[in-house]
Amino acid sequence: MEMPVLSVRDLVVEIPTRHAVLRPVNGVTFDLHRGEILGMVGESGAGKSMTGNAVIGLLDRPARIAGGEILLNGERIDQLQGEELRRLRGKHIGMVFQDPLTSLNPLLTIGEQLTETITEHLNVSASEARQRAVDGLREVGIPAADQRMDAYPHQFSGGMRQRVVIALALCAEPSLIIADEPTTALDVSVQAQIIALLKRLCRERGTAVMLITHDMGVIAETADRVAVLYAGRMAELGLARDVLTHPNHPYTIGLMGSTPLASAGQARLYQIDGSMPRLDALPAGCAFNPRCSRVQSKCSQDPSPSLAAHQDRAACWFGGEGTR
Amino acid sequence: MDRINRAWNSDFVWSFRHSPVAVVSLALVVVLVLSAVFAPLISPYNPFDPASLNLMNGFSKPMEPNTFTGDVFWLGTDDQGRDVFSTILYGMRISLFVGFTAVLFALLLGVSLGLIAGYVGGWTETAIMRVADVQLTFPAILVAMLIFGIAKGITPVHLRDEMAIWVLIIAIGLSDWVQFARVVRGATLVEKNKEYVQAAKLIGRKPGAIMLRHILPNVLSPVLVIATISLALAIIAEATLSFLGVGAPPTQPSLGTLIRIGQGYLFSGEWWIILYPSITLLALALSVNLLGDWLRDALNPKLR
Amino acid sequence: MLAYSIRRVVQSIVVLLVVGLVAFSMFRFVGDPIDNMLGQERTDADIERLRGELGLDRPFIVQYGRFLTNAASGNFGVSFRQGRPVATILVERAPATLELAAVSGLFAMVLGVGLGVFTAIRRNGFAANFIMTVSLVGVSLPTFLIGILLIYLFAVELGWLPSFGRGDTVRLGSWSTGFLTASGLKALILPSITLGLYQMTLIMRLVRSEMLEVLRAEYIRFARARGLRERAINFHHALKNTLVPVITVTGLQLGSIIAFAIITETVFQWPGVGLLFINAIQFVDIPVMAAYLMLISVMFVGINLIVDLLYFAIDPRLRVDRTVAEG
Repeated sequence: MEMPVLSVRDLVVEIPTRHAVLRPVNGVTFDLHRGEILGMVGESGAGKSMTGNAVIGLLDRPARIAGGEILLNGERIDQLQGEELRRLRGKHIGMVFQDPLTSLNPLLTIGEQLTETITEHLNVSASEARQRAVDGLREVGIPAADQRMDAYPHQFSGGMRQRVVIALALCAEPSLIIADEPTTALDVSVQAQIIALLKRLCRERGTAVMLITHDMGVIAETADRVAVLYAGRMAELGLARDVLTHPNHPYTIGLMGSTPLASAGQARLYQIDGSMPRLDALPAGCAFNPRCSRVQSKCSQDPSPSLAAHQDRAACWFGGEGTR
Repeated sequence: MDRINRAWNSDFVWSFRHSPVAVVSLALVVVLVLSAVFAPLISPYNPFDPASLNLMNGFSKPMEPNTFTGDVFWLGTDDQGRDVFSTILYGMRISLFVGFTAVLFALLLGVSLGLIAGYVGGWTETAIMRVADVQLTFPAILVAMLIFGIAKGITPVHLRDEMAIWVLIIAIGLSDWVQFARVVRGATLVEKNKEYVQAAKLIGRKPGAIMLRHILPNVLSPVLVIATISLALAIIAEATLSFLGVGAPPTQPSLGTLIRIGQGYLFSGEWWIILYPSITLLALALSVNLLGDWLRDALNPKLR
Repeated sequence: MLAYSIRRVVQSIVVLLVVGLVAFSMFRFVGDPIDNMLGQERTDADIERLRGELGLDRPFIVQYGRFLTNAASGNFGVSFRQGRPVATILVERAPATLELAAVSGLFAMVLGVGLGVFTAIRRNGFAANFIMTVSLVGVSLPTFLIGILLIYLFAVELGWLPSFGRGDTVRLGSWSTGFLTASGLKALILPSITLGLYQMTLIMRLVRSEMLEVLRAEYIRFARARGLRERAINFHHALKNTLVPVITVTGLQLGSIIAFAIITETVFQWPGVGLLFINAIQFVDIPVMAAYLMLISVMFVGINLIVDLLYFAIDPRLRVDRTVAEG
């Protein structure tokens, strides 16, 4: 089998606070292959963004990687520091942030921002960098790209700005893109275009995408595989169509049930009782057990079974048998 | 009890308790303010009661018995035998009174004008900000000097000293409101375009209500920080003016006046007359400044 | 942009007219100029003659107009105290103040921005914390105390530098400069530090706090995520965004150096316009006060104007928003 672009093994991220050490990411494991789109879903605070930030080395202090491994194209990157880490970002891993309004520097033209990124990572002349920048803009569908190079971010609409952000993330041809809620801040009418654009560009170039979102609709449209996170742990990992149509983990079942799209046929929306526990007040055993509809005594005693990569199943003692 | 506990453990109080600088500064400010307020009770002498003065006590060194009278003064005496410790306490009273009153005046003026300018816009904004510009044409020092110069020409001689303190307050207050107005106007310009304000407008809230309910709360923490820092600046401004001889008169000496008087003795060896008022002024200005600095960090959790 | 600039210039002129009115009112109504100029021994004939000469019998608006045209052509009347034209005295005194202000301003700007950026980037380092602590003391130290302290240390105790005056000066036409002699340069050191220190700490602290704010912005994270160098992020991306708010305050600070020169000049007996102004107040020398007021107003209004225009030149968002807003 082909070597995965990204391989995350038992990743643990810790935040020491004055009361306790929190683990927003606790033993997350997954692989991501060339040209593949992996959707990461979960409620806010489940550890999706934190996982993405850990991969690209952008954790804000005091958060830090406390355990596990991250491999990019077979090489460990979780221990890189300073200059090596910087060379990795942009060049090998690109990132698309949630809000295109704030992720572009307001005082620099988009041309300046594109060319500085290109010349930083690729050994090209100034004029070639400019040409690549224009091509990049054209590729993401900016009309009259040549003239728009000298425009400032505020002169673009939200959707156009997110296209520029995507062009920026892709301009040094990275093998992996981390897209952190790329459509959440956009108008609904634009969301589908941006998702289609991202999907097309990555398919064409064979770029792997880690798509972080809480929008199951986006996942259904885009992702090849889905990872469901709950309270920093992987709840379920599998092919998108399997997870969406036959969820195994009770949490995923609940999540599907509460999404209008997937439950169109149902009479009423299913609702998960309660809310995700705070990281400093995790219950014993399986973190989901207080909200689980099928909880048994084992669930509050033993931690849920961990998910090994490639094994298409849920991290639940009973999930596997329950629905199939 | 529960409430006190919760307050004690809140992030704000927590960061205060764990900042030695903030704790020491606040303690110092409290001690200084209290000793200024209760100066008549604390000070061993009333330096402005001619009956209690003995010229023979002049130029007593700190902690040493006077050569003629044998009296001991903690911080020595000045040329007229006035106890330096007592004059400092009374001087601080004047410095603090002028500082607090001037900042309060500036705050009320600045915040209201800033809100109006930012929210109403148009000609009102232009007019207010133009006045601010004119205002900035006259820095604190200059305003006070001009008012002093004008007052000198207008007021009868016997009223000049009595008016001096109020002239100072008006001068310092007038020179400081622009800071508040600019910050509040800036924040208002940003806030008024936000969706929630637009929404409030759409549902027909009155401008006054929008300004007070929606915009003002957003600018309270910067205003509080500016006010604290302004207090330190006002204290320094007052001292400077008095030092230059255009502030508190020798009959009502503030710390600045005392330093002005003491400067004459620096080179002839009577160092205590200038040193102790200077140290007091420094302690006062520095502790208020440090407090303001900590406050800014504490109220801006993003920077923590 | 052009329309905005023109409007700003017109506004500035209006401001100056208002200041002129204040200056004129001082001149006209504070104290009696006749009393001030003639002293105790005078006859009614003298008073009438002077009244006519000064135009005090004309209507107010005519007097104001005449005052303005005189001021615009550099005629501020005759100093009550020195009996010489104010303009002549100002021209004599201006170089001392301008040279002092220029050296202090340069010192404050260069060190202020440099240290501000340094302390923001190394915000938890030992050196940065040390500088911040010292700067707080600097802000809290009143200028006159710094001056006294420096005089005590370097003039009285060590005897290295002069405690007052400008040293030897060289005349270049009507300009007397202290830049060309050793004693002139030595004499500049203490007053320049005294005058510039406060502005320097203010600029430094402002640059630092703005820079910290900007460094937390999402576009800085995005710049990091794109693998740009720290250097480029700090100096190209962050510093540029920092400068927008910093320019306003810095510009105004530089202007106030001229005003604060009054204190420094008093402490160091520096023969500039600030010292002239203080002396004028003490002797109620109204023409000198009025002239100083007019001069410093022109300076401040000019600086304000430049700062505003710079602000728009730097921030493209404002440029566009304004044109849209104003149609």
